[in-house]
Amino acid sequence: MKTIISGGKVIDPSQDLDGLFDVAIEDGVIYDIFPTGKADLKADNVIDAKGLIVMPGIIDMHVHLRDPGYEYKEDIESGTLAAAAGGVTAVACMANTKPVNDNATVTEEILKKAKDKGHVKVYPIGAATMGLKGEELAEIGSMHAAGIVAVSDDGMPLKSSEMMRCVLEYSLTFDMPVISHAEDPDLSKNGSMNEGYLSTIMGLKGVPNAAEDVMVMRDITLSELTGAKLHIAHISTEGAVSLVREAKKRGVKVTAEAAPHHFTITESAVEGYKTDAKMNPPLRSEKDVTAIRKGLKDGTIDAIATDHAPHSSIEKDVEFECAANGILGLETMLPLTLKLVDEGVLSLTEAIRKLTINPAEIIGVQGGSLKKGMPADITIVDLNAEHTVDRNRMKSKSKNTPFHGWTFKGKTLYTLVNGEIVYKEEIDE
Amino acid sequence: MQLRNKDILGIKDLDRDEIELILDTAESLKWVSNRDIKKVPTLRGKTIINLFFEASTRTRTSFEIAGKRMSADVINISASSSSAVKGETLIDTAKNLQAMSPDIIVVRHGSSGAPQIISGAVKASVINAGDGCHEHPSQSLLDLLTIRQVKGQIEGLRIAIIGDIKHSRVARSNIYALTKMGAQVVVAGFPTLLPPEIEKMGASIRKTLDEAIIDADVIMMLRIQKERMTGPYFPTEREYSMLFGLNAKRLKSAKSDVTIMHPGPVNRGVEISPEVADGPYSVILEQVANGVAIRMALLYLLSGRKHEESRKEARDENNN
Repeated sequence: MKTIISGGKVIDPSQDLDGLFDVAIEDGVIYDIFPTGKADLKADNVIDAKGLIVMPGIIDMHVHLRDPGYEYKEDIESGTLAAAAGGVTAVACMANTKPVNDNATVTEEILKKAKDKGHVKVYPIGAATMGLKGEELAEIGSMHAAGIVAVSDDGMPLKSSEMMRCVLEYSLTFDMPVISHAEDPDLSKNGSMNEGYLSTIMGLKGVPNAAEDVMVMRDITLSELTGAKLHIAHISTEGAVSLVREAKKRGVKVTAEAAPHHFTITESAVEGYKTDAKMNPPLRSEKDVTAIRKGLKDGTIDAIATDHAPHSSIEKDVEFECAANGILGLETMLPLTLKLVDEGVLSLTEAIRKLTINPAEIIGVQGGSLKKGMPADITIVDLNAEHTVDRNRMKSKSKNTPFHGWTFKGKTLYTLVNGEIVYKEEIDE
Repeated sequence: MQLRNKDILGIKDLDRDEIELILDTAESLKWVSNRDIKKVPTLRGKTIINLFFEASTRTRTSFEIAGKRMSADVINISASSSSAVKGETLIDTAKNLQAMSPDIIVVRHGSSGAPQIISGAVKASVINAGDGCHEHPSQSLLDLLTIRQVKGQIEGLRIAIIGDIKHSRVARSNIYALTKMGAQVVVAGFPTLLPPEIEKMGASIRKTLDEAIIDADVIMMLRIQKERMTGPYFPTEREYSMLFGLNAKRLKSAKSDVTIMHPGPVNRGVEISPEVADGPYSVILEQVANGVAIRMALLYLLSGRKHEESRKEARDENNN
């Protein structure tokens, strides 16, 4: 079975490729890449990509698939379909399921279901501690054997510094990164939005930037102590960006990701008590958004990841303080990143790098590249197609997005995983 | 003139002319409460639901009396728990009430923003009767009415608000209201009890109680909101009282015609000493009396607005 994607502008930062090429796929892997028109390859299937961008499939290294346990919000099938629709060919899913992915049995179960029902690749992330409680180390070795790619207590801050040190040291054996949800739970206690003037007039307890900064500082220090790989999840503050920048200069093995919402909108999105803009870490100030954009530009922030966090109306149609944290991300990730390109923050190549090869390298998985022999995980994008986000037409089971009604330029037309088309934009809907 | 919005969610949304309209209306309705037969038929056939998610004696009773003095049907609902505990979402609760066609829903809730969330889901007017640490517009309006009565006008006065500003919805509503009316507001309290960037609201900060009251025309003492405190904001009530409690000795440094207010309920001996609370400068009970008039005015103005709207709708329908 051969497929050719012909005539597209291929951008693959992993091999500094940027130009008109035909991509030949055979048996699910990249067979070769030829300058457009040069190849004389008989294909069973030709995808005409003239005028389109052909890039490695996006790897979203921070996703909550809610499966097992919270299938009413999302499951592996719907979550990976949302991914495919967003041009995402692989997701790394966080461990805060029910039961928690803190043992190999759950890891295996997730991988089995992903194999049976998934539309894109699924890489589970194992809990660092049992039940995400921060008290006992989880069986990271067994989960690693079962297929986890990283460890994290994401959603629950790891309060004990001693425990964090042990998790970092223990993970050295498996050469896996520890993903830190950097939040001091005492400083953030009862907080439901960014701390500042807006929290004052809305009468809500705020989460100060310091809640993130002190933990990023601690974790960087512990990474230096142990030599272990640290990855800062959903960086949201100016201070944290500076800390990571300085640590990288010192040679600390630290990487960082930013979520599209944190580089696009500010805390003002929660005005009127909009629970669809409530998340953790919270939307911050203009100053922080600027700092994150700067961090993306100068390479301090390596990856763009969504923190895709589906919730139903049961968790969102309630008092602001009671509402669950989190918003959808998979289906708005690419257009929000392209907006950044449009605004001149990143070149298209740099943006694609942060969506593909960088996350692949951080979690140590194949993909994020169109090099010969790599799995044919490919996203084909029309940069000029306009579309308006409609929460009622998303592939996710949930609707919690603050971007409902936003109009974007740039749309995924095809998503291929192992050479198979897993999503194709229906043009005449 | 009439109110611009369907709801009274906070003073932030009101313009000065709307505030004056409410105060003047309240003034003109006071006589009802002073008569032998304290009832007028103004709101006959209107249904008002008092939906209280948080305990309240004063405010709930005040709204109930206000509605009844104008012949409305007033229903009290004490919903003791938030939707998180109940399993029903707040929006479901709101839609269920709307299905029974009330004209006005008065909401008290421990969580900031709950009245606004409800108002988005119902056709009825919503009055915020205090939500979390956000706003308490009717309390602020009755405070304004009281100040106007005692001082003749609000413009140009200097008002000191003292105590737990961080957790006080009364402080927030009053800072908005007083600055809109042209008064100067200073706040004082432990730094742990001042919310971030409070100055941006238009209030200036004084470090100590003495600095705050020395040139004040009106001193508003706030209740310590123990039920909302989640951190170690101050060591003991004794120390609080020592530094920010208003007592007769301290009051000596205030102006000779100073007015003392408190939104109640009073923690006697903590933020205010009994002799000051009951003393000649205190207007605490006048505040309560004015509460009924203000709430009558709010119910009346919102009903009138609705009435105008439905008449307009009917006219439009006839014309089509």
